[in-house]
Amino acid sequence: MMFLRYAVYRLFTMILTLWVVSILIFIIINLPPGDYLSNQIAELRATGQAAGVAKAEFLRTEYALDRPLWEQYMIWVGFLPGPNGFAGLLQGDFGWSFEFDRPVGEIVGDALWLTVLVNLAAVLFVYVVALPLGVLAAAKSETWVDYTAGFVGYLGLATPNFLLALILFYYGNKYFDLPIGGLMDPALEGEPMSWEKVKSILLHLIVPTFVIGTSGAAAMMQRLRANMLDELSKPYVETARAKGMAPSRMLAKYPLRVAFNPFVADIGNLLPAMVSGSVLVSVVLGLQTIGPSLLTALKSQDQFLAAFILMFVALLTLIGTMISDLLLVLLDPRIRYGSRDA
Amino acid sequence: MSIQPDNRFVDTEPWSDETDFSAPERSDMDAPAWLLTWRKFRRHKLALISGIFLLTCYLILPIAGFIAPYTPNERSADYLYAPPQSINLWHEGSFVGPYVYPIEAEADLEQFRWTYTTDTSTPAPLEYFCEGEEYRLFGLIPSDTHLFCAPEGATVFLWGSDRLGRDVFSRILYGAQLSLTVGLIGITVSFLLGITFGAMAGYFGGKTDWIVNRVIEILRSLPELPLWLALSAAVPSNWGPVAVFFIISIILGILDWPGLARAVRSKFLSLREEEFVNAAEMMGAKPGRVIRRHLLPNFMSHLIASATLSIPAMILGETALSFLGLGLRAPAVSWGVMLNDAQNLASIEIYWWTAIPMLPIIVVVLAFNFLGDGLRASLDPYKG
Repeated sequence: MMFLRYAVYRLFTMILTLWVVSILIFIIINLPPGDYLSNQIAELRATGQAAGVAKAEFLRTEYALDRPLWEQYMIWVGFLPGPNGFAGLLQGDFGWSFEFDRPVGEIVGDALWLTVLVNLAAVLFVYVVALPLGVLAAAKSETWVDYTAGFVGYLGLATPNFLLALILFYYGNKYFDLPIGGLMDPALEGEPMSWEKVKSILLHLIVPTFVIGTSGAAAMMQRLRANMLDELSKPYVETARAKGMAPSRMLAKYPLRVAFNPFVADIGNLLPAMVSGSVLVSVVLGLQTIGPSLLTALKSQDQFLAAFILMFVALLTLIGTMISDLLLVLLDPRIRYGSRDA
Repeated sequence: MSIQPDNRFVDTEPWSDETDFSAPERSDMDAPAWLLTWRKFRRHKLALISGIFLLTCYLILPIAGFIAPYTPNERSADYLYAPPQSINLWHEGSFVGPYVYPIEAEADLEQFRWTYTTDTSTPAPLEYFCEGEEYRLFGLIPSDTHLFCAPEGATVFLWGSDRLGRDVFSRILYGAQLSLTVGLIGITVSFLLGITFGAMAGYFGGKTDWIVNRVIEILRSLPELPLWLALSAAVPSNWGPVAVFFIISIILGILDWPGLARAVRSKFLSLREEEFVNAAEMMGAKPGRVIRRHLLPNFMSHLIASATLSIPAMILGETALSFLGLGLRAPAVSWGVMLNDAQNLASIEIYWWTAIPMLPIIVVVLAFNFLGDGLRASLDPYKG
């Protein structure tokens, strides 16, 4: 019951945060002077194309870009009726992309799921890699295992993601015949889901997952190692050892459990970095996630598209953080409900 | 000191009223805090080396123009994508001193690229303190003396040349000026914001604390890169390189402060209840004074250590932004801008030297990490 109440509370704060974030994003998107359409109108006027101007003017009133900023915001979110009644994010209408001349929902479409997929794969990778390595590095601290793991970890933190991506792609293709670029075989794009397609996506996911996950895994591993070392120096560990408990069993049964909590809580820090990384890596590797669209939209001031993608990215991290908070409460009953600083 | 028959030790010195009991037994225990920290820090060899390396890097920045044989935008149109040249000492068994072999470009019309042939018959010794393109020493004094440059008829591209025939080595030196200072400016902004908001939240508590906390939470839950992208996309394209540089570093700092503010706040929460704070308040010190004089000095060193650890994130951030074409723009030179040229697989495979700027990035980021870790460890009074 307490858990349910906490879950509802977290959901409520998440929605509140999302609302503040939407205001923030809208302001940031509208920071540059002018908008896509007024730039276009000016350009068309200069070249004397009257027909185009009429269309742009029509779109301007259609999407309420001629109104004050706060009204634009309300219409975008769907708190206020626009020229065609309520049609905002809340109503599931994501707006119009002027650059591509198509509804935003249509453009991002599949990319949304692929983004979630790439990030999920990266998070899984981080846990699968960081958990054994972190524990091993702590258990064998100050041996070559520890030093090697530490060095690889530092290197993973220091190498810029996008370079790692390029290099891995090159060598992965050269020596392991891994596919270059994209998230699936071009021939399978737009096809319905099939076993072939799943296989193709999985094969294409290897390099991106590795690239996005490396820095996160390195950071996670170091923290887990530090937590484990703290635990290992406690008297109860000594007692267990003195009583002749097998080291591996002792490790898994006590210190690991305690060190595990920060490991789960950390996803709140991990996820934003991960999503950042996936945007960057997607641009470099040409993955069909929302990364490349975000970049073009930002460069051309395609405001509805950019704002929607930013909102989606924020939503993704917020949901991830919420899930990790809930998991943490389930895992560790000592954590006080309702306060995150405990 | 003498030993009694029953094995007791007895001090033979006569009793004196002037003995100072509060003096430490060993005089070196009485050292000021910075000296104690330094002693501990010295033992972290890796951190020490990293610190010295970084110091050297930053000291070189103002005289980068002197060390670089070329200026950043100086084009050698006859040498596009020239491969790295090596500096040799011996020529056919005899000592010549540092010299390079002249190279000759040839158009390969089958593969549509330049191929270079090295003329190994005539070594061309390097010239020192020679005249070259004009640059500004310390950003102020115009000068045209370079530490070394290529002799007539030869080139010295230590790390090759790029798409436009510019020397990669010189550009890396010039790029360091921007890439390394971005972190410093960014961290200053982040430091100021983080301390101000963190201190306000921790010291005043209540409503202020609640608001600051929510802001921190929101900013921390957002992915940085898309926000960086969005903010830097808002920088007008007609601004000069210097203005763009400053605004980019400020943007990097603006999104970095929440982590710092959180640390400051939690420290303040615990320190606020200490007696020396109460005493200061009772004597009528204003909040500003209590914060600045009594609270901040308590953990300033820790803040500096954690700041050292967040500089690399900013350097990587600038690189990523410039790489994507939303950060610094040409003619400004930074490591990210240079890597922008190495964006595709072709350049990695054929012109691998255009990706060399990643080496200084990795080395500098590693050095900052080692230095920060070392600082943190040596500032911790509970660790031997």
